[in-house]
Amino acid sequence: MSNEARPEVTTAAAEQDSTPVVSLRNVRKVYAGAAGPKTALQDITFDVGRGEFACVVGPSGAGKTTLLRTLAGLAQPTSGQALFEGTPLRSVPPGIGVVFQDYGRSLYPWLTVARNVDLPLRVRGVPRAERADRVAEVLGSVGLADAGRSYPWQLSGGMQQRVAIARSLAYRPDLLLMDEPFASVDAQTRFELEDLILRVRQEFGVTVVFVTHDIDEAVYLADRVIAVSKSPGVVTEIADITLPRPRDQITTKADPAFARYREHLLSLVMNR
Amino acid sequence: MSPSYLASLRLAGRAATRVWLFVVLFALWWFWSSGSKSLYFPPLSQILKALWTQWVTGPARAELAASLEHLIVGYVIAAAVGIGIGALLWSARYVRVATSPYLYFLYVLPAPVLVPAAMTLFGIGFTMKVVLIAFAAVWPTLLNTLDGMHSVDQVKLDTARVLGVSPAGRVFRVVLPAAAPQIVAGLRNSLQVAIILMVVSEWEASTDGIGYYIVNAQQSFDYVGMWSGIIVLAIIGTVANLLFVGAENRVLHWHYGARAVEGTR
Repeated sequence: MSNEARPEVTTAAAEQDSTPVVSLRNVRKVYAGAAGPKTALQDITFDVGRGEFACVVGPSGAGKTTLLRTLAGLAQPTSGQALFEGTPLRSVPPGIGVVFQDYGRSLYPWLTVARNVDLPLRVRGVPRAERADRVAEVLGSVGLADAGRSYPWQLSGGMQQRVAIARSLAYRPDLLLMDEPFASVDAQTRFELEDLILRVRQEFGVTVVFVTHDIDEAVYLADRVIAVSKSPGVVTEIADITLPRPRDQITTKADPAFARYREHLLSLVMNR
Repeated sequence: MSPSYLASLRLAGRAATRVWLFVVLFALWWFWSSGSKSLYFPPLSQILKALWTQWVTGPARAELAASLEHLIVGYVIAAAVGIGIGALLWSARYVRVATSPYLYFLYVLPAPVLVPAAMTLFGIGFTMKVVLIAFAAVWPTLLNTLDGMHSVDQVKLDTARVLGVSPAGRVFRVVLPAAAPQIVAGLRNSLQVAIILMVVSEWEASTDGIGYYIVNAQQSFDYVGMWSGIIVLAIIGTVANLLFVGAENRVLHWHYGARAVEGTR
């Protein structure tokens, strides 16, 4: 990981950093559907700088998941370019971590928590002793130091998503992609996980692209919010969120500036 | 009364719940048949005696060994080929689509009708029996493997790609374990088919095996021997099933654990 990675860099400083971590140029994605071709993404252009926390918001059907799969290198754009650290994404690069919405589907139920987290290290050929240390480190960071021997399905939903976060951080990616990661947990757990991701992002100095349909969540977490409109997906607004950090569930959300961002983005997404 | 006394009493109670029916049926059979003069339904005491003198200490041990050899070799081949070919077909979409109708065609074919053909091709020895068992038993495993691997959740595969797992690694670390519950279900069906074919393949023009023994005993009016052979088959089926379930519970403990948790949520 490069040393210039600073979690607290402002948007302006991040843009001065030579190459953006993520760069989408007129990305368009058309699927061949049964009822003719379906345009999931019309024309998407934005950059995400090193250390930045970017949230992509939009209603369901705005192609958010397609966008995230394109960013991960899991799907190729029909036209336009998707770059990761200046290189076109042709497959999944080793420096990207992804947290999917449904932890029940992305965690491997036949492996213990520790072995789930260990898997990316094992396939990278990390020596055994170092693997054990790193697994313990990331599990500690997400507050699951004692859960290593459990199986994922023995844990609560929130804890399972923590395991998924730990697993995607274990190999120290430059970029962490999150696809509505907290949509399937209750509100209380959701707030805890939001604060957790802000903390580990700082701890690991990782760039985050976080996809959500929840505007409150986007404003609370992000340095920058990228609003995407309903199908076909186009970027309607890129808003810098200059709310002070560290953020707090109570005081940040009581800040009048929070309400202004929220109102602005909500009217945009709701088309008013 | 001491607590340990109570505990052992409860244990005995649980054991009694499991075995009482066996005891009752055994006793009924024993006493009902004890005075039997019928040639076809000899007393149970005689059958059990034959079980001991023929199958445990006597000459039928060779038939038992021959049958188990056919069964084990045939079944192991069926399992390995079923999983292997199933996995290959899963990875080669075009071959899969083209072969699928024929696979089901062979699957629904009642394998016992192949005995004459197998005899023509392989004679009446060891090879014929093993080939027949393997051929009949391969389909449940093969089709379940194919189906199980085919229905692996895309998110699990995407996750593996993101985590940097190689294509071969994805097969062994994700697809096979994810499909394991279904593969095991196929293996269990294959085992039942293999036991049936073990007997059937020994019926005709054979010179060894339990099936041969039973038919031979029946044709020479040795009904005690016939019944003892049938009991041996029942014991083989039961033991094979117990071994299978034991192995299954070890391999799939995560699957049953996860399912039990799902049920309570």
